[in-house]
Amino acid sequence: MFLLACPHCGPRSVDEFKYQGEVTRRPPERPTLRELTDYVYFRDNVAGVQREWWYHGTGCGLWFVAERDTRTNEVLRTEIPEPSRGRTPAPVEAAVPDTPAV
Amino acid sequence: MKDIFRVSRMWRPRGELKKRYDVVVIGGGSHGLATAYYLAKNHGVKDVAVLEKSYIGSGASGRNTTIIRSNYRTPEGAAFYSRSVKLYEQLSADLDFNLMFSQHGHLTLAHSERAMVTMQERAEVNQLLGIDSRVVYPEEIARLCPQINLGPRQTWPIQGALYHAPGGIIRHDAVVWGLARGADRAGVEIHPYTEVTGIERTSGRATAVETNRGRVEADVVVSAVAGWSTLVCGLAGVRLPITTHILQAFVTEPVKPFLDVIIVSAQMHVYVSQTDRGEFLIGAEIEPYTTYKSIGTFPFLEYSARHTLELFPQLERLRVLRTWTGLCDLSPDYSPILGRTEVENFHVSAGWGTYGFKAAPIVGTTLAKLVATGETPDLIAPFALERFHTDELVSELAAAAVSH
Repeated sequence: MFLLACPHCGPRSVDEFKYQGEVTRRPPERPTLRELTDYVYFRDNVAGVQREWWYHGTGCGLWFVAERDTRTNEVLRTEIPEPSRGRTPAPVEAAVPDTPAV
Repeated sequence: MKDIFRVSRMWRPRGELKKRYDVVVIGGGSHGLATAYYLAKNHGVKDVAVLEKSYIGSGASGRNTTIIRSNYRTPEGAAFYSRSVKLYEQLSADLDFNLMFSQHGHLTLAHSERAMVTMQERAEVNQLLGIDSRVVYPEEIARLCPQINLGPRQTWPIQGALYHAPGGIIRHDAVVWGLARGADRAGVEIHPYTEVTGIERTSGRATAVETNRGRVEADVVVSAVAGWSTLVCGLAGVRLPITTHILQAFVTEPVKPFLDVIIVSAQMHVYVSQTDRGEFLIGAEIEPYTTYKSIGTFPFLEYSARHTLELFPQLERLRVLRTWTGLCDLSPDYSPILGRTEVENFHVSAGWGTYGFKAAPIVGTTLAKLVATGETPDLIAPFALERFHTDELVSELAAAAVSH
């Protein structure tokens, strides 16, 4: 267990939040099947600092990005991401049991 | 007679690493050791080294909840695990080592009409493949497991269950030790505390591994490292569709034999069995976030104890003896990733999530065949890594999402 600082509500127990997967890069406009499946299924799954999406499910409902060291679960920072120019990085479906991936 | 009390080494102490092996297996757990064992036994490939970064069986093989079953949802999965159960049934005799496999039956409870439909589907898939598996209703559950609380005051009333008579529990450490001894006797070298730090490739082909004890050349490299798969396969330049999560379990203090069947509830995210030592062994669900930090959480203990008491209120005075966690490599479709990768002669056993232990002998036989003959056995063809590139998934969510 660890604390996560919601940019809106402040530090709360991780159980209040839903993990929504590592931050990924959108595929090109007209992706090949390979580019699309790379985006949908394949993950960096780093042992180290990871940028990831969280959703404050039982709190304010905010989607935000955290930087967390997956080796220690130390949260280095949390932020509301700037909308990127042209295209908004859409959150990824997490491969967790209560959200069937297929 | 006095020999039965004599302590003897089960396998040779590690020697010097050779400069070259026919096959290098990364990971000294049940999958890696089974692959090495069957390579030597079935194919006569004996120039094999098993490299393990810690002690033998220190990862998921020593941390699982020891359940063996084959009542899966997809025909591919059910056929595969069914062969594994059959191999497990003979493994004690094969290894000349008592693995204490007891097939006392396995009940997956259904608490809703939708769950009953899923159980019916699973029963039908299983029966078509000749697997002993059927839907039972509360009267029969009461006969199979009189200890369970069937009401009237339940949070989630039990409507029925999938009953799988060949399901059972096994002594998990014994599986690892038996396979290690069998492999060692056949000539395989076992190298604990040998961490792989790099994998060399020459023109798209794995040729050598770099370890903390020096460089080793190999014709074939096999990765069987569960939670660390992304990292080890990354060394070979193979990207995986895997996320690493922790799974937790705990045991209570030992009591007299009380429960023989295994009880699983997907609704309550809990599975309960009593070990041969008398401890109640209770496991739950993975933590939803990815992490490599193997440390337990208090909410896990709280909710799994609460849910266990819903099923077995008699256990209310039992104390928790110990808890532990292990790393799980979750794949997007809850099926394993097994066999070839895009790097030639670099094979993988990964994506086992929370259900890898029950597959050890079948992974060993099929991977050994792949390594020895270069042909992918039909049984594991549906589980190739390639399926994620071509989007042909084998969804086992219905039968594997509860981690046992």
